[in-house]
Amino acid sequence: MDAIFLQILNGLDKGGAYALIALGLTLVFGTLGVVNFAHGAIFMMGAFCAVTLEKILTLSLRVKDESVTFFDAYKETPYLEVWFGDTGTAIIDWSVPLSIILAIPVMLLIGIVMERSLIRYFYKRPHADQILVTFGLAIVMQELIKAFFGANPIPQGAPDIVAGSAAIGAVFGLGEAVVYPWWRLIYLAFSLVTIGLVFSFLHFTTYGMVVRAGMADRETVELLGINIERRFTIVFGMAAVVAGLAGVMYTPVLPPDYHLGMDFLVLSFVVVVVGGMGSLPGAVLAGFLLGILQSFSSMTEVKDIFPGIDQVIIYLVAVVILLTRPRGLMGRRGVMES
Amino acid sequence: MSETKNILNVSRRTVLKGSAATTGAALIGGTFPMHFIKNAHAQTFRGDPGNASSIKLGFNVPQSGPYADEGADELRAYQLAVKHLNGEGDGGMLNTIKPLELKGNGILGKKVEFVTGDTQTKSDAARASAKRMIEKDNVAMITGGSSSGVAVAVQGLCQEMGVIFMAGLTHSNDTTGKDKKRYGFRHFFNAYMSGQAIAPVLLDEYGAERRAYHLTADYTWGWTQEESIKAATENIGWETVNTVRTPVGAGDFSQYITPVLNSGADVLILNHYGKDMVNSLTQAVQFGLRDKQVNGKNFEVVVPLYSRLMAQGAGDAAKGILGTTNWHWSLQDEGSQAFVKSFGQEYGFPPSQAAHTCYVQTLLYANACEMAGTFAPWEVIKQLEGFEFDGAGNGKTLYRAEDHQCFKDVLVVRGKQEPQSNFDLLEVVKEVPRAQVEYPADMFGGELGPYQV
Repeated sequence: MDAIFLQILNGLDKGGAYALIALGLTLVFGTLGVVNFAHGAIFMMGAFCAVTLEKILTLSLRVKDESVTFFDAYKETPYLEVWFGDTGTAIIDWSVPLSIILAIPVMLLIGIVMERSLIRYFYKRPHADQILVTFGLAIVMQELIKAFFGANPIPQGAPDIVAGSAAIGAVFGLGEAVVYPWWRLIYLAFSLVTIGLVFSFLHFTTYGMVVRAGMADRETVELLGINIERRFTIVFGMAAVVAGLAGVMYTPVLPPDYHLGMDFLVLSFVVVVVGGMGSLPGAVLAGFLLGILQSFSSMTEVKDIFPGIDQVIIYLVAVVILLTRPRGLMGRRGVMES
Repeated sequence: MSETKNILNVSRRTVLKGSAATTGAALIGGTFPMHFIKNAHAQTFRGDPGNASSIKLGFNVPQSGPYADEGADELRAYQLAVKHLNGEGDGGMLNTIKPLELKGNGILGKKVEFVTGDTQTKSDAARASAKRMIEKDNVAMITGGSSSGVAVAVQGLCQEMGVIFMAGLTHSNDTTGKDKKRYGFRHFFNAYMSGQAIAPVLLDEYGAERRAYHLTADYTWGWTQEESIKAATENIGWETVNTVRTPVGAGDFSQYITPVLNSGADVLILNHYGKDMVNSLTQAVQFGLRDKQVNGKNFEVVVPLYSRLMAQGAGDAAKGILGTTNWHWSLQDEGSQAFVKSFGQEYGFPPSQAAHTCYVQTLLYANACEMAGTFAPWEVIKQLEGFEFDGAGNGKTLYRAEDHQCFKDVLVVRGKQEPQSNFDLLEVVKEVPRAQVEYPADMFGGELGPYQV
C-alpha cells in the first residue's frame, strides 16, 4: 500500500513535468500548426535561467588557497554573503524560486524572438520541414549552453526550508517510512496551478477566447479583422514561458545539463500524440497517465513478471491507444489529417 | 597506406617470386592468395611510420555527449604527454617513472604527433572514429574513452586490426576479464578492486550488520560492479536486500528510490557513473535517505566509483559519501606531484583521474616501444606484458601479462565536508595496498588472442 501510494506520487510528479511540456507543444501545434521539436530545448533554457541566476548571485570573493601549489585554488565566498551576511545567504538559498522572476521575461523574449525570426517562415511548409528546422534549432541551443556551462550537470538546491522530506505517511494514515520530498510536492502543486492558469486564460479571457477561435477557424477570425498572427506569436511566447518555468522548478529535482531538453522531448511528443494532437486536456491527461504508468512499471514486483517493462511501457501504451483510438485520447477530427 | 608502402619496400623481384609461388600453391589448395589480405607479410603492421620522421598516435575521447568534460580533460592530458615525449615542457612523469627508457626525443627518435577522434560515448561512433584513425591517419596506437561499453568495443576492433589499444577510463571487470584482448591494455583499476578496497573501510565505518540495496546502471560496467561490490560486502557480513537495474540516462530515479524506503535496507549502493550518479545521489538525498534511521542505524549511501567531476555535479549531496577512485591530485608522492605540477601550470587547474590514467598510458606505450626498439605491436606488447614500474602515482605497479590489467594501490575517498577550495572535493580516507586488491588472472575468464593478427 505504502509503495503504491509513493509510486502514484512519483507518477503525478513526473506527469506534471510531461504535462507542462506537452501543454506548450500542443498549444503551439494547435495555434500555429507547427511541430516544434525545439520545445524540449526551451524547457532546458528555462532550467539554465535558474543556473544563470545562481551563478550571478554566487559571484564570489576568491581567496587563494596558499597550501595548494602548481595551480590556483580558491576558497570562494559569495559577495552577497560578504556584504549582507545572513540576508545574503538567504537570498542565495532562495535562488531557484527567485529565478522565476527572471525566467518569465527571458523565456517570453526567447519565445517571441524564435517565432518571429524563424518559426513563422515555416507555417505553410510541410511538417517534415518544421521538424528538421526546429530540431536543428534545438541542437544549436543545446551546444550554446554546453559552450557556456560545460557538459556536466550543475546542481541547484531547493531552499533549505523545503530541502528535506515531508512525513506525508502520517497525514494519510500510512506508515512512518512514507516520506516524500517537499520540493517534489511543490512541483506537483506548481504544475497543477500552471495548468489551471493556462486553461483559465484560454477559457475565461477574451484574449484566450479569440485564440481558441483562431485555433478552430483561423480564416473566419481574420475576416473579423483580428490580427490573429500577433496573438499566436504571444501564444508561442506563453508556451515558452510555461516550458521555461517547468524547467526552472525542475532544477532541484534533476541537476540540469545541456541535454535535459532532449531527454524530455521524445516523451513529451508521445504524450501529445497519446493525448490527441492539438488537444490541451488530452495532453494533460496523457502526461499524468504516462507518468504514473512509468512509475508503476519500475516496481520490482512488476519487473519480476515483465522484465524490462519500465523501459518500454510508455511506447507500448502509445501503440495500444493509437490502435484503438487513432486520434489519441481526446483528439479531434481533422487535426493533422488531410 | 602503410601496407602499400611496406610492400613497396620489398624489392619488386621478391614480390613477384613470392606472388607466383603462393598464388600457385593457393590455387591448388583452393584458397585465396594470402598476400592480397592485410598484414599477410610477416613484418608489416598497421601504423608503421617506416622512414617518416614522426609517429602518429590516435586519441579517441568523448568530445561530445554527456562525458565531454571528462573527454576534454583526457585530451589535455594526452597533449601534455606528447609535449613531454617530444622533450618540451618540464618533462612531468618522465622524471619520476622508473624504469624508463624515454629520453624526451620522441619515440625511437621520431617526433610524436597525434590525431583525435570523438567517441560520443557510443560504441559504434567510437569504433568508426578509431577505424578512421587507423586506416586514414595510420596511427600506431589508439587510446582514450570514458565508458566500458566503448572500451570493450574499440578494444575488439583494435585486436582485429592489429593496433594496440591503451584504454582510458574503463572500470568494468570485463575489459580485462571476459573481453580481454592481446592488443588491449588497462591502467585504470576495476570494479573488483573497488570492492576489495572499500569493503574493509565500510566494515570499519558502518559495521558488519548491514542490509544493502543496489541500484545499478544496466550495462557491462554496472553489472560487473554490482557483482563485485555485492560479493565484497557479503564477505564482511552484509546482507543484500535487493539489486535493481536502472536504464542508463534515466534522469528521474524517484521510482527506483521510493522502494528503498520500505525495503528494510540501511545502505544504498549506487552503481552509477557520470550523470546517472549525480542524479540518483541528489535524488536519494532529497528523499531523506541520509536523515533516516533504519534498524537502529543511520542510513548510508555508498558510491563505489567516484570522481571529482561527479562530486562537483552532485554538490552538497556528495559530502560524506564514501567511494573509490583510481587517483587524486592531492597525493603527495613524487610522480603525482610531478604530473599535477605540469598539468596545473599548463592549464591552471588540477587533472582528473581520467587525465591521469590517459597520461600514464601514453608514456607507458611510448616506453614499451623504446624498450622493444620497434613499433611492431607484437614486440611492444611483449614489453608491456609483465612490465613493473614505479613513480606514476599509485606506488609499485605491475602490468600483469596474463590479462593486461595494472595492479597498483587503490584510493578510498570521501566527499569532503568542509572543502578548502573549489577543487578540494574529495579526501583520501585510505590508500589500499596493491596486495589487497589482487586476484587470480583466470578469475574472470576470457582469452587474450594471438600476438599477430
